[in-house]
Amino acid sequence: MAESIEDDDSAYIIKEGDYVVLKRGDIFKAVQIQPRKKVMFEKQWLFLEKAIGQLYSTAFEVVSGGHLEPQKAKTTESSADAKEAGVDNRNIVDDGKSQKLTRDDIETLKEQGLKGQEIIQQLIENSSTFSDKTEFSQQKYIKKKKKKYESTIMILRPSCRILAMMYHGREPGKICHLRYDTLAQMLTLGNIHAGSKVLVFETCSGLVLGAVMERMGGYGSVVQMYPGDGPVQAGLESFGFPPHFHDTLHTFPICHVNALLAGTLDTDPAKELAADSSDASVPSKAGEEAGRTDTDTGGEGGGGGGESSLEEVKMETSTPAQVEQSEREKLKAIRLQEKQEKMEVKRKKLAEAAAQLQGKNADGLIIASRFHPAPVLLGLIKFLAPSRPFVVYSQYKEPLIECYTKLKEHGSKEHGGVVNLRLTDSWLRHYQVLPNRTHPVLQMSGGGGYLLSGTTVDMHNAKAASSQQADKPPPAKKLKLTGSEG
Amino acid sequence: MSFVEYSERVQAGDVVIVYLGHESMMPVKVQAGGQTQTRYGAIRHSSDLIGKRYGSKVTCSKGGWVLVLHPTPELWTVNLPHRTQILYTTDIATITMMLELKPGSVVCESGTGSGSLSHAILRTIAPTGHLHTVEFHQQRAVEVEQEFREHRVAHLVSVRNQDVCRDGFGVAGVADAVFLDIPNPWEAVGHAHTAMKRHGGRLCSFSPCIEQVQRTCEALAQRGFYDLSTLEVLLRVHDVRTVGLPLPHFGPDQSPAPAQSPAPAQSPAPAQSPAPAQSPAPAQSPAPAQSPAPAPVHASLAIKTTTPPRSMAGHTGYLTFATKPRT
Repeated sequence: MAESIEDDDSAYIIKEGDYVVLKRGDIFKAVQIQPRKKVMFEKQWLFLEKAIGQLYSTAFEVVSGGHLEPQKAKTTESSADAKEAGVDNRNIVDDGKSQKLTRDDIETLKEQGLKGQEIIQQLIENSSTFSDKTEFSQQKYIKKKKKKYESTIMILRPSCRILAMMYHGREPGKICHLRYDTLAQMLTLGNIHAGSKVLVFETCSGLVLGAVMERMGGYGSVVQMYPGDGPVQAGLESFGFPPHFHDTLHTFPICHVNALLAGTLDTDPAKELAADSSDASVPSKAGEEAGRTDTDTGGEGGGGGGESSLEEVKMETSTPAQVEQSEREKLKAIRLQEKQEKMEVKRKKLAEAAAQLQGKNADGLIIASRFHPAPVLLGLIKFLAPSRPFVVYSQYKEPLIECYTKLKEHGSKEHGGVVNLRLTDSWLRHYQVLPNRTHPVLQMSGGGGYLLSGTTVDMHNAKAASSQQADKPPPAKKLKLTGSEG
Repeated sequence: MSFVEYSERVQAGDVVIVYLGHESMMPVKVQAGGQTQTRYGAIRHSSDLIGKRYGSKVTCSKGGWVLVLHPTPELWTVNLPHRTQILYTTDIATITMMLELKPGSVVCESGTGSGSLSHAILRTIAPTGHLHTVEFHQQRAVEVEQEFREHRVAHLVSVRNQDVCRDGFGVAGVADAVFLDIPNPWEAVGHAHTAMKRHGGRLCSFSPCIEQVQRTCEALAQRGFYDLSTLEVLLRVHDVRTVGLPLPHFGPDQSPAPAQSPAPAQSPAPAQSPAPAQSPAPAQSPAPAQSPAPAPVHASLAIKTTTPPRSMAGHTGYLTFATKPRT
């Protein structure tokens, strides 16, 4: 048992370069701590360097110039000074005249350097109706004003919970409107845990990938299957994972899936390397051509090839000195070499990812993308071992109905078969809990997307299997009959 | 087999889930020489299960077949022997994320109950975390401990048979997260505080009644917990169906516009020319044939859709989350 082993603070100190999350009220923003870097948060410019050396979950006051100042021991809610309060709102008239301070007055107060708390006090004193409000209403008023005038910011360590809530609140479009509780269902239904091998296909800015990696804790492996030119992992860095986590992450382009399944995927580095190095020794047109074909196959670095050919043209039109040309050619050779090394690393990585998939023995499959889920699911489920869970997210229900139908139809022909197929969504409601004022929060999310989950099985290879059907009921009925007879 | 690690094949001593058919499963302890009766006949463990690949078919003595599944905490939740009311996967998933559980987390839980949540916690915090679970019912504590051993997760968990409200969790300053599912959680808030790390952590309390939530929130706020958040999460299942929707027939089409088929696209046509009068209006439509189509009988459209179940769990409990500040 971990008896207060890590009781020292060193693990909890905010350091330069850390990925953190700023929190104000219910608003989050993921940023990296960089000295002298201006950060815009909630319409305020901030400098975060003063946070370096402080502890995580510290509350900071934003002072003049956008600098942070650790908040002094939290001044407990000054609701103790309960003065007079009204019984109900029958005497309160909304004539817009109850607040004697004008906008300009408040601005002046701010410029004088008054803290949020003091401004609120001023507002209360200058409100002609405050004392007529009910006690509850007064508290609500103070809470509302606090939100507006107090600029307390908390710096948190990133986590799947916080980032999922942040994306959902700020940029739901970037995560296909995946609500945090739906993501939670995915991780649990997918049985994501340390030591397993999980395939992830997502276009949620890396949030789903990061969530999976957090649950794996750097044990096991994750293969990100990606569409197009490269994997989208923009949100992954916000998790601030230690470097060894990234060693467990492999990426594989789905455009190679068919080749991999057919056994024609060429990832033999030795062969290609030999071809490249022979080209490299001839750093002229031939070399450039080789470079170009590399670009084609790799699908990346196209810009580099184009540039060098442009240079070539320039050089040909103006040849002032032979020396310069040879110099340039040398440079080009180096560049080419670097490029080939890069390609080589890439090829090696592809080979590694392919090796992860080859055995078709992955332990989990998580899909959350803007693509039609049916082809994605049917294409990737083949890489799962039998008796393993898969979870597909879609913002819409209909494509998941199609997935469901196709999985049932194709049965054991296309893949091994599936059981426990379930199409679900979840309903989430928050509550305000206050003495005598507990009720559901007025606004709630209308929907968090849909999930199709199930478990793979192997319907083949059963000796004396009475039927090859994907689902059980028919043999069950037959048996029941014979059973009752006998 | 272990609840925290997959294996490829069934071995003696494993606990497997036998899938009998739609929504019908049962847990089976695999023992050399053992036998399990199902409605499809007997499964002989030595010949039918041991050495089998997880996820494959097993033929029973009467000729029918079942599937042998690798256990997971989610399958266990729907197959475990109930000793108490249990937490289901929807709440468990939300709890796991909101408590920020991950490999290495140290968690305190009370009560253990039937161990539904405990298994899910163990799966998530393995291989380096630890669960301290407190159950005041002696027999339940003994039984769940036995299950942890059988599921090969005993090294990750300490079961204590005591009353959490009186005696606490038996640890201090170690927990990253605390979960309370007891009748009077407000009485355990102080003990939860003690069990948690000095640096802070997350707490969750599950209560079916709003009055419990009320008192718990008051106790939490008093103890300095912040970011209190109470929520409810429900699972909605959509059953995929093909349904036939009969199409109405309004009698033979009297309008000059030709009726080709009783497709739904046709329906606006009668609305546009409701007059049954046989006024020859050739300009109205390029009518190729005047022969009235025979009355379609029993025309219907098959639609692939989903239906909600007739009844569903409309309430399980309120989940209250809070953060403990550093102290």
